[in-house]
Amino acid sequence: MSRAIFLLPLSLFVFVAIYFMIGLRHDPSAIPSMLIDKPAPEFSLPPIEGREIGLATEDFAGEIVLLNVFGSWCVSCKIEHPVLMEIKSEGFVPLLGLDWKDKPGAGAEWLARLGDPYARIGDDADGRVAIDFGVTGAPETFLIDANGRVRYKQVGPITIEIWRDKLKPMIEELKNETPPAIGGDDAGASADCADAAGDCR
Amino acid sequence: MLALLPIAQMQPAIAVEPDEILDDPALEARAREVSKELRCVVCQSQSIDDSDAPLAKDLRLLVRERIKSGDTNEEAIAYVAERYGDYVLLKPRFKSETILLWGAPLLAFFAAGGTAFWFLRRGRVQTAPAPLSAEEQAALDDLLK
Repeated sequence: MSRAIFLLPLSLFVFVAIYFMIGLRHDPSAIPSMLIDKPAPEFSLPPIEGREIGLATEDFAGEIVLLNVFGSWCVSCKIEHPVLMEIKSEGFVPLLGLDWKDKPGAGAEWLARLGDPYARIGDDADGRVAIDFGVTGAPETFLIDANGRVRYKQVGPITIEIWRDKLKPMIEELKNETPPAIGGDDAGASADCADAAGDCR
Repeated sequence: MLALLPIAQMQPAIAVEPDEILDDPALEARAREVSKELRCVVCQSQSIDDSDAPLAKDLRLLVRERIKSGDTNEEAIAYVAERYGDYVLLKPRFKSETILLWGAPLLAFFAAGGTAFWFLRRGRVQTAPAPLSAEEQAALDDLLK
């Protein structure tokens, strides 16, 4: 019986090894967002150079939107860009842009060259709004629901797979949830409620 | 010897740029203190005081702005943590989620101490073996004959 004590170091080792095997698979750059299920920070940003309309919190009140943080200096944003154009052409959800720490005119030039997927763009030249959103790098995309709450944060480029398999289904669910649907035969909606940590209506 | 002088004068490169430094040395010292406790979210093993990343610079400016507008060190740190989470605190706070983290050394100490105590005590009991029985003594005598 007391021999079992000699197995303790081994079992401890196995426990620690399994713990690290799981832990080391996590992406250390994916910092959990503070904003999930919280209201998006209030902001009001001027338009980028050569544009008429900027972006403020009230502009998308009551709407489900994707807020995409980009910059003309950001290489991954260029990789992401065709997917944003696809999202725009599908017309499923309005795409809003936060031009993060760009030089005057650089964002507009970038969009003129590649195409403009955004319904509205705010110019966050000093990066303060991005800090309020807890942005750690571009691109990052926030899914904001009709109540103005952040529901999901995508760190890194949206690929066509992420759009099709993750973001789009989430938006579909949010659309069903916004006008309280009677019937509720949709299994996805209840799963979303569980995620919202008791904060769902 | 003279050739070594430039090396002796070298200082570790600091990330804080001249245009960031506050005019008031006392406030600047506090800003440096706060910056040393905040993790840079881009290059995560550095504090924002050490990091050259543009985002670290933005955060240093933000910290200085908060301190200038009258925030205490704790308030300035809390302001950043509100946005980026406890993750940015290089010194984790003591609270219910971190009790295991802070308690782990104490736990390990008592576990190791308890085990050592148990082994040592058990060892002492075994130092006096039971005397041989008559048959055992007879068998031993037989072998040693």
